[in-house]
Amino acid sequence: MDLFLQQLFNGFSLGSILLLVALGLAFSFGLMNVINMAHGEMIMVGAYSAYVAQNWFDDLFGAAGLGYYFIFALLLAFVVAGAMGMLLERTLIQRLYGRPLDTLLATWGVSLVLQQGARSVFGAPNVQVTSPPWLTGGIDVMGDFTMPYIRLFIIGLVALCILGVYLYLTRTSAGRRTRAVMQNREVAGALGVVTPKVDMFTFGLASGLAGVAGCALALIGPIGPSLGTYYIVDAFLVVITGGIGQIVGTVLAALSVGWLNAILEYQTSASLAKVIVFALVIAFLQWRPAGMVARRNAR
Amino acid sequence: MRRETAFSAPPAPLPAPGKPGLLLYAREAAPFVITAVLLFVVAPNILSDFRLNLLAKFLCYAILAIGIDLMWGYTGMLSLGQAVWFGLGGYAMAMYLKLHASGESIPDFMNWSGLESLPWFWEPFRYAWFAIPAAMVLPGLLGFVLGYLVFRSRVKGAYFSIVTQALALILSIFFVGQQQYTGGTNGLTNYTELFGMNLADTSTQHTLYYITVGVLLAVFLVATWITRSPFGRLMVAIRDDEERVRFAGYNVGFMKALVFGVSAAMAGLAGALFVPQVGIISPANLGIVPSIEFVLLVAVGGRGTITGAVLGAVLVSWARSYLSETYPDTWQYFYGALFVGAVVLFPAGVVGFYRRVAGEVTSRVSRLRAGAPAPVAGMEMDARVGNAD
Repeated sequence: MDLFLQQLFNGFSLGSILLLVALGLAFSFGLMNVINMAHGEMIMVGAYSAYVAQNWFDDLFGAAGLGYYFIFALLLAFVVAGAMGMLLERTLIQRLYGRPLDTLLATWGVSLVLQQGARSVFGAPNVQVTSPPWLTGGIDVMGDFTMPYIRLFIIGLVALCILGVYLYLTRTSAGRRTRAVMQNREVAGALGVVTPKVDMFTFGLASGLAGVAGCALALIGPIGPSLGTYYIVDAFLVVITGGIGQIVGTVLAALSVGWLNAILEYQTSASLAKVIVFALVIAFLQWRPAGMVARRNAR
Repeated sequence: MRRETAFSAPPAPLPAPGKPGLLLYAREAAPFVITAVLLFVVAPNILSDFRLNLLAKFLCYAILAIGIDLMWGYTGMLSLGQAVWFGLGGYAMAMYLKLHASGESIPDFMNWSGLESLPWFWEPFRYAWFAIPAAMVLPGLLGFVLGYLVFRSRVKGAYFSIVTQALALILSIFFVGQQQYTGGTNGLTNYTELFGMNLADTSTQHTLYYITVGVLLAVFLVATWITRSPFGRLMVAIRDDEERVRFAGYNVGFMKALVFGVSAAMAGLAGALFVPQVGIISPANLGIVPSIEFVLLVAVGGRGTITGAVLGAVLVSWARSYLSETYPDTWQYFYGALFVGAVVLFPAGVVGFYRRVAGEVTSRVSRLRAGAPAPVAGMEMDARVGNAD
């Protein structure tokens, strides 16, 4: 029972990271119909940002810096990954609108280059960050079931990001423009929304979120050049299961996939769990091809 | 406008209107004949044994690339899981070879994982008459069933690509995980002989090379036949406007699943030929990375032309092995750039680029001959050049 609860909790925290990754994908996929295979590399960029931030703080403040570097790392990851996303959109993606399968191939090429870049800069072996002292330990709930502070922190961070994105989309004029373009690009353009600008910023935001996710991942595991590839496919499955361009659907799907994985892993083995989850997703799409939350407006 | 189309590049080759002349036939057969002569006569005489073996490997990829082209270039479905079928075919062949090498006892890796007896699903792979057809039939059937389920629920375009990609990821994880049945990360290796021929012998490798060339040419002909048949026209119609074909009364889901199955069978065949020549198959051969690299073969060669698929497969595989030999540390930069370049600069691939240049040259020549701009004649020539598949 303790072990089961532990698995459930771990599934929840993994699902929340998946959600952060999938949210960014849902934007670029739902808004621009772009399949961004380099999205996984934005996770990698975010994780290495945490590593770089830690080294900077270590050089500047010594051991005392270890307590605070992570806050800075989150900002750094968001800004660096976001800027790279915007650059990618301006230089490459923009030329490929309306050819979703081509964006897939081209961004895969970009991801190869970025991975090789990370290998050249940081070396092929994995690196590690030390988590801040205030994140060590956890809450003992019952028996062997503990909630580590790191995982709780990640869940809180994701909740904060979701809230931020929600407020951005519903309460700001930039968010309103984004939603307008998502619903109907032509009409939004005709009404004066500068759609290329919206595209660029949304792409940047999506990449920034992936950067934050990477930063969070740095806390719970080693950082390597191919870190992103582990998460990207799961994240895509989440986007499809949730329904394209549906934030609520993406949230539901990410949590379901995270939990299902955790429960099945507990019952069977890690590799078999993946197979079953995939089969369930296919079966689910038979039943609801448009995903958990279907898009309402006609296109 | 941002409509979701598979791609907007080259038009499918349609037979020219009217009676095709003898010249046109010669022109259409030319790529096939040239390929046959090059591979059967020229290559074995000028290449070293090592390079010939490498070429045989590339030709296996070419067989698979033809399958991808039928599916992607002609029918507009981009599968990012083609390595799954390639791997399944390869594993079917490898299971036969491994059992043959192990003789009466069970394969070595099973011993290490503590298995006492051969699992039931390994049993039929003792026999070549089962294993070799299974290498084609199994992927084909699985591909058809999966395709039918997916296409029935109208999953298409990018969604289909992602579902197939997930399949590749999951299957490779699964094969790593089930070590006692699949050999785990190491895969299956250490084969001894095939039909009494020692696999280490050069003469065996030569024989296998000729078999590969023969199979490639046969697949080339079958693919050409499919694309020229009425069914081939429907494939192109599905690519260009699926809904319209559906409204015309065709069962689009079934047809797409059929094409997917055929291309999966071709990939399985390629895998079965690949294994005895390379000597190993492992989960690394059936993951996401090889799947996407397979798509690049067709993207570079030119979608929607069978010649392009073959040409692209050999060119890209050669470039990959050249780059990774010459720049072992940084070759991925070039390889990544190749992906971007193939999509942004040459969306129609090598063959498409050639046709455009050739088309421009011929139309200029005909204009010069007529002494004035002759758009009609130019268009005629263009159509014919576009047809020289």
